[in-house]
Order: sequence, then structure tokens, then C-alpha cells
Amino acid sequence: MNMTVNIAGVEWKNPVTTASGTFGSGVEFSEYTDLNRLGAVTTKGVANVPWPGNPTPRVAEVYGGMMNAIGLQNPGIELFCKRDIPFLKQYDTRIIVNVCGKSEEDYCETVERLSEEPVDMLEINISCPNVKEGGIAFGQDPQAAERITKVVKKYARQPVIMKLSPNVTDIAEMAKAVEAGGADAVSLINTLTGMKIDIHRKQFVLANQTGGVSGPAIHPIAVRMVYQAAQAVKLPVIGMGGISCAEDAIEFILAGASAVSVGTANFHNPAVTMEIVDGIEEYMKRQGFESIADMRGIVNQS
Amino acid sequence: MIREKEQAVVLAQEQLAEGIFSIWIKTRAAKEAVPGQFISVYTEDRSRLLPRPISICEIDGNGQALRMVYRVTGENTGTKQFSRLRAGDRLPVMGPLGNGFPLEKAEGKKAFLMGGGIGVPPILELAKQIRCESRQIIAGYRDKQTFLAESFAESGKLYIATEDGSVGTRGNVLDAVRENKLEADIIYACGPMPMLRAVKDYAGERGMECYISLEERMACGIGACLGCVCKSREADPHSNVKNKRICKDGPVFLASEVEI
Repeated sequence: MNMTVNIAGVEWKNPVTTASGTFGSGVEFSEYTDLNRLGAVTTKGVANVPWPGNPTPRVAEVYGGMMNAIGLQNPGIELFCKRDIPFLKQYDTRIIVNVCGKSEEDYCETVERLSEEPVDMLEINISCPNVKEGGIAFGQDPQAAERITKVVKKYARQPVIMKLSPNVTDIAEMAKAVEAGGADAVSLINTLTGMKIDIHRKQFVLANQTGGVSGPAIHPIAVRMVYQAAQAVKLPVIGMGGISCAEDAIEFILAGASAVSVGTANFHNPAVTMEIVDGIEEYMKRQGFESIADMRGIVNQS
Repeated sequence: MIREKEQAVVLAQEQLAEGIFSIWIKTRAAKEAVPGQFISVYTEDRSRLLPRPISICEIDGNGQALRMVYRVTGENTGTKQFSRLRAGDRLPVMGPLGNGFPLEKAEGKKAFLMGGGIGVPPILELAKQIRCESRQIIAGYRDKQTFLAESFAESGKLYIATEDGSVGTRGNVLDAVRENKLEADIIYACGPMPMLRAVKDYAGERGMECYISLEERMACGIGACLGCVCKSREADPHSNVKNKRICKDGPVFLASEVEI
């Protein structure tokens, strides 16, 4: 039995990575998780220059999950390359750098800078709901998504994963658009836009008013969208949204995902990613699967 | 060394005032804990999945157990669940987290130890451990429910301020300082943001060294998610912007370093 997966030519030792923004660059979580156990670490989004992010409060709990409006605070690509990439290189895991930007030029500058760096894949965030021009401008219109994919691909030396927003009418159309633009893989879903009101203070809980909803509550929505995207494109799909245990992750694989990302659950249990790797392995043994490919997309096929 | 979330065991729980509970737990976190640090406390329930950051109120002498005094924030909340726990029950926790009060800065000095509302509890262990020329403890409350006040008896002189004037000075901790003509060289404070702003200004006007413990909604509790930042005067070396992480770089900060 073998847990390796091949995503756009990059082999991961297992199909589990971290969802961007929930895991920093792994420094803090490395005290709680053996990063060597992960298929890949996907970093928090980084831009060409440092971003201060949104005012606080930036996070709130909601039933079955949470909302965030961090606003893509990041230290900028220079410090990231100097500090975070060398940190991750100490571990035997793939490095996926999530890239955010406010304009085509921003994305391209960061992607070009990363072309010289020892990172394995790039994930392009065109789906952050919390920053006006923080990507979502590119992520809700198929033509804009196709165009940004094409432009980024010109500068990218590593395979490009386009991260899709669920805040669209037709996810299949978005997946097809980035496939047409030359994407090497797609990942989905980013968070769903939500709102929470403090009834005692009669104010929005988040300073940004709206925020991205994540956590177990969004899992069935994410499974549906991953299934629809996997049906629509030939690209490898990285499934995420509300995974908090191996069973949740396996649903994505059966729906057609080649790999999965674990996000909000890291906040409830900082060792959850390792437990999910173990849980998928146990399931494969129990069910007699030889490889992840054997179980991928087989829902309703027997 | 891999750190981990652990199952602490509840040793005792009691209600101190309306909505205010005191819980003692047996936990490995007690071994290395220092005053001013906090513990992430979890529900068993994935529908309420974020840790509740709760400050350490007392550390037992043997490093086996911790006391937390916390406020129940409403019906159907995680803290409401915690308040129902009894001796022998399990409680998932992780910690100690964050940086405590710099005790060594008080050596040879006169110190104010100030707590307001649910910011009073961390001042108790601070008062027990701090070594200084003299300490004056000033606790601010809303009304006559002056929880923990009696616990400070062994640690120094306690002054109380209440918003409604029912006990001690009417007003806030600084009103108590003025009314009692208190003086100090250094301040340690924890409490609501308006109190901390006033304390920071008070210290700034007098050129006093001042350490404040900040609070913000948190998600990871370990410095990864950037949910709980505060503004800093200078660019922070980690964030590379004028933001510091309250959970990881704090919760205790030199007041002059942060914009509140």
C-alpha cells in the first residue's frame, strides 16, 4: 500500500497538506506537529510587499466553525524568502507557497521572485473574501480568472495551483476557466463570506463586518464543489473545507480530490494533520485500497 | 520536543461571583507556567472548536495544578460548558502559552499591581511571586462583587475601586491611586482596554515603566493565524509590519511598545 500522490508532477509522500493561512509557515505548529509527516506544507499567503492586514477583531467563533477577516497580513516576499523557506527546507515535506496580490503586477512580481527559490509548488490565491482587491476580484469572474492564470504561468517556474472561491454561482465554470488559462492544479474551497452580529453591543463582531466562514459547518458545501470541479476538469484537485478528521478528508478523495488541505481544525487540535494521515492509512488498509489513486473519485461507481 | 494538547483533570470548581467561576486543574502546564501566561482551554465539541484563552490565576507550589478564574460569557457558550465541570471531569487544555510579566524588572522598586474586572485573576499569582521593595495591589470592580479580593491578603496591601462606589474608591484603579496618594516606580496591569489605555497614559506622563497584559479574540493561540494582533509603535521583526501577536509576542507588553 502506498500513500504517495502526484500533483502536477510533484510527488507528495501522502495527500495531506495544510490550508493556507491556518498554519503560518509552519514555525509555530512545528512544536506540535512533525512537519516531516505531512505531504506538503502550504504557507500563509505572501505578497510582493508587507501587508498590515485588517483591524481587529479579526476572528470569531460561529457554531460549527469560525469566521476570519485577517486581511492577508504578511511580511512580504523578501523576508519570507530569507526566513520562512529556509525553515521549511529543514523538513522532508513539499513546500507550497500561497501567493496573494492586489494587481496582476503584484502576483507576477512575487511569482517571479519565487522562481529562484527551492519551493515545490505555488498556490495562487484569487479567492480571499476579506480584502477588496486581495484576489477575489480575479476569483469571481471566469474571464478574469483565466487571464490571471495565463499571466502568472508566464512567470512561474513551479507548477501553479489556482485556489478557487466558493462565492460563485458555478464552480465548474471557474475550474474550467483556470484550466483553460494553463493552471496545473486547482484547490478549493476558500472560505464562504459570512457575517456575525453581537446582539449585546449591536455591532458587527468582526471589524471588517464580513469574514470568511470555515470549519466543519462548510464541509458538505466543499465536498459538493470539489465533486463538481473534479467532474469538470482533468486537472488534479486539492480538496479542502471543514476537514477535522480522516473521515472528512476521505470524502473529498472519494469525490475526486487528489489531495486534501486541513485548515481550521489545526486550531482545535494542533496535531490533527498527523492524525488525519494515520486515519487515511487505516481506512485504506481496512478497505483494501493499494493507493490513493484507487480511491479517488470512486463515489457511486460500484 | 513536541508539545501537545492534553487532558487536564478538574480538581475543584466554585462560583465566586455572578458569572465568575474558579477552577483548579491538574495539568503538566503547571510545571513551567509563570504569572501572566495563559492556557488555551477547549470544549470536547467540534461545534465550538476554538480554544478559549484563559489567564493563569494561581500555580500550586508543586507545579502540579493551576487555577483559572474566568467569566461565563453567556448561555450556549464554551465557558458555560466549563462552568458545569466538577472534580474528576476532564478538560482539554494546551499551555502555558505566551509570555508572562517580567518579574525581574521590579527588583528594588515600588510596584503597582493593577487588575480590573476579569483582569484581576492574573494579578494574584503575580502578587505572590514578585519580589520588589514594596507592592501596592489595586483591584477595580464593577460593584460589590469583589471576587478574589480576600486572596490578596497575604501578598500585599490591597486597594479596591468600584464603579458604583459600593466598596473602596468610587471609580477606577487610577482613582484609587489618587485617593490614597499612592506612588510607585513600575506598573503591572491587566484589565479592560479603557483601563489599560488610562494606565498607559498615567505611566507615560510620569515616565514610569509599565507592563500591560492585552486581550483579543484568538484562534490558534500559538502565533500562526495572526488573528489576535495589536498595533505596535515600531515595525515588529516577525510580522515585518507594525503589528504584534498578542498570543505569542504578548500577552504582556511594555506599554510604550504598543498602540492601544
